[in-house]
Amino acid sequence: MRNLLKIALSCTTLSLIATPVFSEAPTDQGLTIATEADNRDNGFGDFTANLKMTLRNKQGEESIRNMRSKTLEVDGDGDKSLTIFDRPEDVKGTALLTFTHKVGSDDQWLYLPALKRVKRIASNNKSGPFMGSEFAYEDISSQEVEKYTYKFVKEEQVDGEDMLVIERYPVDKKSGYTKQVVWFDKSEYRERKIDYYDRKKALLKTMILTDYQKYIDKIWRASTMKMNNHQTGKSTTLSWSNFKFSTGLSKRDFDRNSLKRAQ
Amino acid sequence: MNVNSLLGKSLLGICCSLLTGAAIADKWSGNIAAEILTFPKKPLSEDLHDYYLSASVENEYKHQWDNGHQWFNFKSFFRGNQYDSRRSHFDIRELNVGYAGEKWEVIAGISKVYWGVTESQHLVDIVNQTDLVENLDTEDKLGQPMLNIAYVADQGTLNMFLLPVFRERAFLGKEGRPSTPLVVDQDNERYEADIKYHDLDFAVRWFQYLGDWEIGLSHFSGTSRTPELVLTPTGTTSPPLLTPVYHQIEQTGLELQGAYGAWLWKLEAIRNTGFSEHAYMAAVSGFEYTFVLESGVEIGTLIEYIYDERGNKAPTQFQDDLLFGTRITFNDVQSTQILAGVITDLDGGARSYNLEASRRLGSSWKVELEARGVYDSRPGDFLYSFRRDNSIRLNLALYF
Repeated sequence: MRNLLKIALSCTTLSLIATPVFSEAPTDQGLTIATEADNRDNGFGDFTANLKMTLRNKQGEESIRNMRSKTLEVDGDGDKSLTIFDRPEDVKGTALLTFTHKVGSDDQWLYLPALKRVKRIASNNKSGPFMGSEFAYEDISSQEVEKYTYKFVKEEQVDGEDMLVIERYPVDKKSGYTKQVVWFDKSEYRERKIDYYDRKKALLKTMILTDYQKYIDKIWRASTMKMNNHQTGKSTTLSWSNFKFSTGLSKRDFDRNSLKRAQ
Repeated sequence: MNVNSLLGKSLLGICCSLLTGAAIADKWSGNIAAEILTFPKKPLSEDLHDYYLSASVENEYKHQWDNGHQWFNFKSFFRGNQYDSRRSHFDIRELNVGYAGEKWEVIAGISKVYWGVTESQHLVDIVNQTDLVENLDTEDKLGQPMLNIAYVADQGTLNMFLLPVFRERAFLGKEGRPSTPLVVDQDNERYEADIKYHDLDFAVRWFQYLGDWEIGLSHFSGTSRTPELVLTPTGTTSPPLLTPVYHQIEQTGLELQGAYGAWLWKLEAIRNTGFSEHAYMAAVSGFEYTFVLESGVEIGTLIEYIYDERGNKAPTQFQDDLLFGTRITFNDVQSTQILAGVITDLDGGARSYNLEASRRLGSSWKVELEARGVYDSRPGDFLYSFRRDNSIRLNLALYF
């Protein structure tokens, strides 16, 4: 009897301990995965990279954009980034400065070299296409944990690799999406695939991230991001190259004056 | 501070930069363009033409070193124009060296700066002279020799300018359109101060970014970039001329911009002395509201009110005017854009319209279309003399 009671008690204790692990609400579990992925990407400091965007229409005709980007990690807030356009030639020297914020809308400025004018951009254009591509501004800006709410969907194997699948819902009502489904690999918590659902809740786009490489011993970056638009048949491939981390950038390289020097 | 020695140093810097940068060929960029400017209405004078053909070349060379913290920039512009030789012009837009440190920034040489936030009028922007023969939209500027020192701090950026050379405003000649009813006698301009060869103007501007708000406060002391056009008789049988007179002015400017969601709120205001015994105020204020369609097309609505205390005495069309405009950005592969607006004179009813559209062709060509003109103008309105000068401009440029 005493033994039975003991067993019963220890079972209760066990289940009490085990409960948070096994029956964590899907929302908490989704947030836990997103937070872990974000934590693993913390501490990069700053980086610069070259970007090549290849836009393809339904007929397969291509057009190319070349850019360079600089990003600075900011403690306690979203990243600062500067994108400088090299091609097409008529927008050469145009630069886009973005201050991402964890809470509230981002601040953005566009530098127009012909006028030498720095123009503030109204913050609700995030759903608009970036340079005519299939990437929206919100797809390429810094992905902060606070910008979504989450739900864990399932674990599954894709091509023999364990994946964690979550849904995330944009907090900002100006977002062009109602839902995104994200596949993280279980080994490194890297985004491998994202499905984007439009405001009518229909599947709009899919992004596949490949050619991951590890930098400064801890930061993974995909070299290729391919975005397919299921509704228009258009696609855009974003190729990253020449990643450099810890280049010594400071906030002075991300102010309005720096826009004018950007080239 | 000795200006000559500073200029000497900057010239030395330029020569050094040219030598070091000569090996890098891909730093050149620019465009060559062909333009046709047509005037559908019959002109008021027989000297004027229905269309003007012209070609332009813009060349730019940039070189940076020290991780982009030091640089050399060169940019030149040339236009050759049919009929009106005044519009054929060459200008060095930029020829400068610069250094950006953690707190200080220095730029020496010919350069261009832009101040301001509004679209219908650029009241505060005063450092560079307007290249009025290039385009009446006042957005093209002549290169201005300067020494610019900036101090960058958490409390904002303080920019100080020493402007050692004055550049006169260029006007179209006798055969140029749109035309003033009388010819501007630009070879005999007058100055309030004896500055023709040794002008020295000063400007200072403090600029701060505070989250959703941006504020700029500036002061300019020197020769006005905008001349007063004074009627000068030339004899009993010949028509009088307009003589440009450049006054010494003090101009204080304020820029304010707030960004709230889809809204951009804008204000520019100036207080200017020099045109008469009393200082005058002028301001332009309004908003731009932008929304994005499902297709990705961005539509902006612009409304701005323009005020000038001088009223009808103001040597400008804008003294009590309202702009209604729209900016459509298609966000397509060809970067198609349209900016269109109508400015109504609330005091007289005359209207001016402006349409600018552009689109990339292929990967390196760009076509631009501009249409502008006036309607509902009556004798006595500032715009009345331009009533037959409605124009359509088509520009095709190859970028490299």
